[in-house]
Amino acid sequence: MAATPDLAAIRDRLADAAARGVPVRIRGGGSKDFLGARLEGEPLDTRDYAGVVDYEPSELVVTARAGTPLATLEALLAASGQCLPCEPPHFGGAPTVGGAVAAGLAGPARAALGGMRDYVLGAKLLTARGELLAFGGRVMKNVAGFDVARLLCGSFGILGLIAEVSLKVLPRPAAAATLAFELGEAAALESFLGWARRPLPVTASAWVDGRAYLRLAGAPAAVAAAGRTLGGSRLGDAEAAVLWAALRDHAHPWLAPRTPLWRLSVPAASAALGLPGTTLIEWGGALRWVRSDAPAATIREAARRAGGSAARWHGAGLAPAHEPLPAPLAAIHRRLKDAFDPDRRFNPGRLVAEL
Amino acid sequence: MPAPDDDPVALPPARRRELLAALSAVLPADALLAEDSELRPYECDGLAVFRERPAAVALPRSEAEVGAVLAVCRRLGVPVVARGAGTGLSGGAMPHAGGVVLGLARLNRILELDPRAGLARVEPGVRNLAISEAAAAHGLYYAPDPSSQIACTIGGNVAENAGGVHCLKYGLTLHNVLGVRGFTVDGEPVAFGGAALDAPGLDLLSLVIGSEGLLAVVTEVTVKLLPRPALARVVMASFDDVGRAGEAVAAILAAGIIPAGLEMMDRRATEAVEPFVRAGYDLGAAAILLAESDGTAEEVEAEVAALERLLRESGATALAVSGSEAERLRFWSGRKNAFPAAGRISPDYYCMDGTIPRRHLGRVLEAIAGLEQRYGLRCMNVFHAGDGNLHPLILFDANVPGEWPRAERFGAAIVELCVELGGTITGEHGVGVEKINSMCVQFGDGERTAFFAVKRAFDPPGLLNPGKLIPTLRRCAEYGRLHVHAGAVPFPDLPRY
Repeated sequence: MAATPDLAAIRDRLADAAARGVPVRIRGGGSKDFLGARLEGEPLDTRDYAGVVDYEPSELVVTARAGTPLATLEALLAASGQCLPCEPPHFGGAPTVGGAVAAGLAGPARAALGGMRDYVLGAKLLTARGELLAFGGRVMKNVAGFDVARLLCGSFGILGLIAEVSLKVLPRPAAAATLAFELGEAAALESFLGWARRPLPVTASAWVDGRAYLRLAGAPAAVAAAGRTLGGSRLGDAEAAVLWAALRDHAHPWLAPRTPLWRLSVPAASAALGLPGTTLIEWGGALRWVRSDAPAATIREAARRAGGSAARWHGAGLAPAHEPLPAPLAAIHRRLKDAFDPDRRFNPGRLVAEL
Repeated sequence: MPAPDDDPVALPPARRRELLAALSAVLPADALLAEDSELRPYECDGLAVFRERPAAVALPRSEAEVGAVLAVCRRLGVPVVARGAGTGLSGGAMPHAGGVVLGLARLNRILELDPRAGLARVEPGVRNLAISEAAAAHGLYYAPDPSSQIACTIGGNVAENAGGVHCLKYGLTLHNVLGVRGFTVDGEPVAFGGAALDAPGLDLLSLVIGSEGLLAVVTEVTVKLLPRPALARVVMASFDDVGRAGEAVAAILAAGIIPAGLEMMDRRATEAVEPFVRAGYDLGAAAILLAESDGTAEEVEAEVAALERLLRESGATALAVSGSEAERLRFWSGRKNAFPAAGRISPDYYCMDGTIPRRHLGRVLEAIAGLEQRYGLRCMNVFHAGDGNLHPLILFDANVPGEWPRAERFGAAIVELCVELGGTITGEHGVGVEKINSMCVQFGDGERTAFFAVKRAFDPPGLLNPGKLIPTLRRCAEYGRLHVHAGAVPFPDLPRY
C-alpha cells in the first residue's frame, strides 16, 4: 500500500527556496499557466500531495488534497451520482483540485448555481513559514472565525499553498436539455433576463455566433415542462454536452487562444457593450468575452461604465491583466500579503501585479 | 498586563466629554444618545446575559453621517460596535464599555429594486423580510430566511452570514449577496464585490460577510432576488427513534434530493410547541422530520413522491403531506415557534448553534441526553437536519442561583463536542462574545494569529468591534489550562473563573 502523502517534500522545497531567497510558483497540472499577471518563481509541484481524504456522499462534502487530479475527483463524485455544480474548467489539461480552487474559476453554471467559492467549505493552507493552518471545515454551515477558506479561493496562491480543500457537492441533475434560439445580441440578453425571472430549471446560458443556448437541468418532469413552454430547437444530448464542455474548457473555436481576447465581468442586465469586434456571452449576460483590437483603455472603460471590470485573457505580452485596485482595497491586499507571506515567497505578481 | 481586548474599560470622564462633543458636531441631536436611560436598551443584543453600557449610541440616518462618526472615533481612538436590529444570538453587538454603538437601523431605505436584473440595493437597516415583501409584487424574493427575519436587518445578516430554514438549497447570506459598500475604520468609502459576479483581486467580499463587524462598516448591500417557486409542499414524517430520523435525512440526500428545507424536532420540542400552535405534530413520535419540496408543479409532484417513498423505507411511522398553502404554513408554524415555545415552558432558554457531519447526529443526541443529567438541566432539540446544524435549546431559570453558569457550561460542552466530531462551534449565529472561549478549542495558535492578521489588514488600529470573534492568547491560555486540568474526560464539568 502506498504511504499516505505528506507535506515534507513540499516543506523542504519551500525551506530551500527561502534559504536561497528565491520565489516559488505553485503549480498543479499547469492547465492555467497562461493566466495571471506574471508567471515567476521556481515551479513547486503539488501533484505528489494527492488523494481524497474523506468522502461520504450523504454528507454532500468531499475533502481532497491539492494535487488530486480534478478529473479523478469528478469521476469519484459521478460514481455516487454527484458533481461539483460550478463546473471548474479543465482548459484541455490535467488540472488539480488545488489549482481549481486557487484559480476560483467556474464554468457555464456560474450564474445559476454559483462559483467555486460558493462550494468551498474549508481549506488547509501551508504558509511560507511551513505552518499548516486549517480554516473552515467539513460541514455545510460554519461561521467560526473569518472565512479564510473562501478568501483562498481565487487567490492564485499568493497567500500560501492550498494543501487540502473541503467542497460542497450536489446530486447530478436527473435530466437535462439544451434549447437553441436564433437571436441577435440584444434579444438574447433580454431573453436571458426574462428566463432568469421565471422559476425555470435553467443552469446555463450562452450566446454564440447569433444563437442563444439555454441549458435546463433538474427533475425530468420539470425539464420537460420547461422545454415545452420555452420552444426553441432542442440540441441532441451529445451535441449539447460537447457545447457546454467546449465553453467551459475554451475548446470552442470562438474562444481559441488567439490574441486579443478580453473577459468582461459585468452585471447581467447590462445592455450590449457596443465594443468593436465580436462578443460571446455566458452566464445570462454576466460574462462577456470580447475579441477586439480596441485599445485596452476603451475596453476597460466599457466594463467600468457597465459596473464591472475587464481582464485580458490572452494577449499582448504579460501586461497586467487587471487595472490597479482602488486605494483602500490595494492597502488591504498589501497588508494581507504582508501577514501571510511577508517575504513574498509565493507566486509573485500572479494575481495582483505589485504583490 | 492584561490584554486590552479582554478587559474593556469605560472612557475616563474627560475623554467621554470630548467624544460626545465631537459626535454632536457631526450628528443631529436626536441621533446621539448619551444619557443612562437612553443607553440601557442598547446594552445587549438577542443574547441578553451578556451586557455592557457603551459610552454613547450614534443613530445616523445617512451614509455621510456614518462616515463622520467613524472619522471621529478613528481620530479619538474609540472603539465602534455596529448594530442592526440587535437580534443576534451570540453577543456580537454587545457594546464596548469604552466605545460607541453605531446603530444602523435608521438607514432603512430600499435604494433600488430592479426586477429586470433580479437585484436589490438596500441600506443595512432594511429588515430581511422587507426585501422579500417589496420584491413580491414582481414574483421575486430574497432567499435567506433566518428565524428572526421579521426583525433582523440585512446589515446584521451580512455581519453574521445568516442562514435559515431554506439555506440547504438556496445558500447562506454569502451565496445571495453580490456586493457591499461601506467604510473602512478610517471613514474611507470602500466597496467589496458589486453587481457583477467577479471582481479583480482577492475575494474580500467572502471575508467581510460573516466578519461580525470586525473588518468594515457596511452601508449598502446588493442582494440577489430569486423567482418565487410556483409551488411548495411539506412532507411531515414521524419516527419512533431519533437515530432513525437522522438516517432518513442521509437517505434523502444520498438519493439525490435536496429539499428546500429539511428540519427535525425531537419529542421535547414538539411537546413544547404543540399546545401553543396546534401544528398537528405527532406527540407519540420520538422525532419528526419536515421536508419541503418547492419548484414547478411537476417537480414538486415527483419530489414529494420520492420523499414519501424514502421516508417510509427509512422507517417513518406516520406521514402527512400538506394539501394546501395553509396546511404547509401550519406544519412549519411549530418549527418556527420552537424558540418562543421554549420561552413559554421555561423561564429562560439558551439556544446553541453547532454543526456536525450529519452521520454523527445520533451520537450527539445521546451525548446531549448525558449532559442533561450532568448539568441537571433539560434540553429540547431542533435541527436544520439537512445541513447538520443543531439548535439545542437549554432550559434554565436565571433567577435560580447557579443555573445560568450551568447552562453556559452545558452549551460549551455541546459545541466543543461538535468540534470533536469534525464540526464547528457555530453554524450560523456567530462567535461574538458567547463562543470566544470555544474558539480556542476549534482553532490553534496559528489560525488565531492569522485571524488577528486579517483583522489588522482591514482595521490596523483595532477599533471595529474589538474583543469579539478572536480570542486573545491570554484567554486561550486560561481556558486551555482548564481543559488540561480536566484531562482526558470528554465532557468535564469545568469550574470557571
